[in-house]
Amino acid sequence: MEYLSLFTKSIFVDNMIFAYFLGMCSFLAVSKNVKTAAGLGVAVIFVLLVTLPVNYLLNTYVLAPDALIKGVDLSFLSFIVFIAVIAAIVQIVEMVVEKFSPELYSSLGIFLPLIAVNCAILGGSLFMQQKDFLNIGYSLGSGLGWFLAIVSLAAIREKMSYSNVPPALKGLGITFITVGLMGIAFMTFMGISL
Amino acid sequence: MDAKLKETILNPIFKGNPITVLVLGICSSLAVTVTLKGALVMALSVIVVCGISSLILSLLRNTIPGRVRIIVQLVVVAMMVILVDQVLKSFEATYAIDKQLSVYIGLIITNCIVMGRIEAFALGNKPWPSFLDGVANGAGYGLILLIVAFFRELLGSGTLFGIDILNRFGYVPNNLVILPPFALILLGCIVWVQRSIQKDLQEK
Repeated sequence: MEYLSLFTKSIFVDNMIFAYFLGMCSFLAVSKNVKTAAGLGVAVIFVLLVTLPVNYLLNTYVLAPDALIKGVDLSFLSFIVFIAVIAAIVQIVEMVVEKFSPELYSSLGIFLPLIAVNCAILGGSLFMQQKDFLNIGYSLGSGLGWFLAIVSLAAIREKMSYSNVPPALKGLGITFITVGLMGIAFMTFMGISL
Repeated sequence: MDAKLKETILNPIFKGNPITVLVLGICSSLAVTVTLKGALVMALSVIVVCGISSLILSLLRNTIPGRVRIIVQLVVVAMMVILVDQVLKSFEATYAIDKQLSVYIGLIITNCIVMGRIEAFALGNKPWPSFLDGVANGAGYGLILLIVAFFRELLGSGTLFGIDILNRFGYVPNNLVILPPFALILLGCIVWVQRSIQKDLQEK
């Protein structure tokens, strides 16, 4: 039950975008239409699902104090190790997808390699290290939350392109405000526990 | 100082601001702006990381093979971030702030401003202009951070740098301002103001 609670919490309450602003850059840049947004969302779910367990293992058995050699604390290396793992896994995922599903590969295009510098992935690993837990529910939930956020923003932006926005607010400005309002809407989920 | 260098320094502060114009590095900029102190430390960290990693990569630019450049950039930036993090952790005054900023110091690695400036500027220019470009972009980022943090701390807790400003007049702090979504709305307003002044930035 605890896992289920964590899973729902990471989708709605601790949403990567609305509560922590992680992965905001690609979130704003790629949310112009629903189709590409969904492609990027799926890629993020997948990469989060793979990298978090790997980084957890590295954190517990190599980086934590006394884990590798007694009396040695390697935790100051965690940033560089995590980002290297993420970059490597994104590269591997890219090659595997290209080999086995060229269709998906061509539809994801440039977004796949860009995930390496998506804050949501590194942020997920760092939160996991800070709270010291491994939970597939958490990594899947955060990915799903990100997916949900980007697809809904893309849908709103598609509709919004027909409305009459003040010229200075058009594009970036109104998108910021929309995301802010969506964040307030998401806050209604706060305090939910299963 | 010649005109080109001056342009390199001044452009990122207002006209080509990394946050409001280029839309880079939004992730960290919003989460750390609840207090001015946190925003200031974050801004200084980004200036240091951005300036020095631009300098290092500009020195290395002729020796890095194009195919592996992303990973080399990540390693250099990650190294700088580790240094900043360790420095912040080692002083009593900044330790508490480092705890408050939690994962966001680490997230400077994936801050698009740093990578973006290295990719767009440092890899094609001499070390000194690259260093200035890095510092100036960090400063442009810091400026927006401080503006957002100013309003959020003033309206959200009635203080500035922890010193009571509004509360003594019977101001009741507004909790909405502390919540994350308000930072986005505030940033939207900053973009609105800037684009009303600079009409050429408006999107069609």
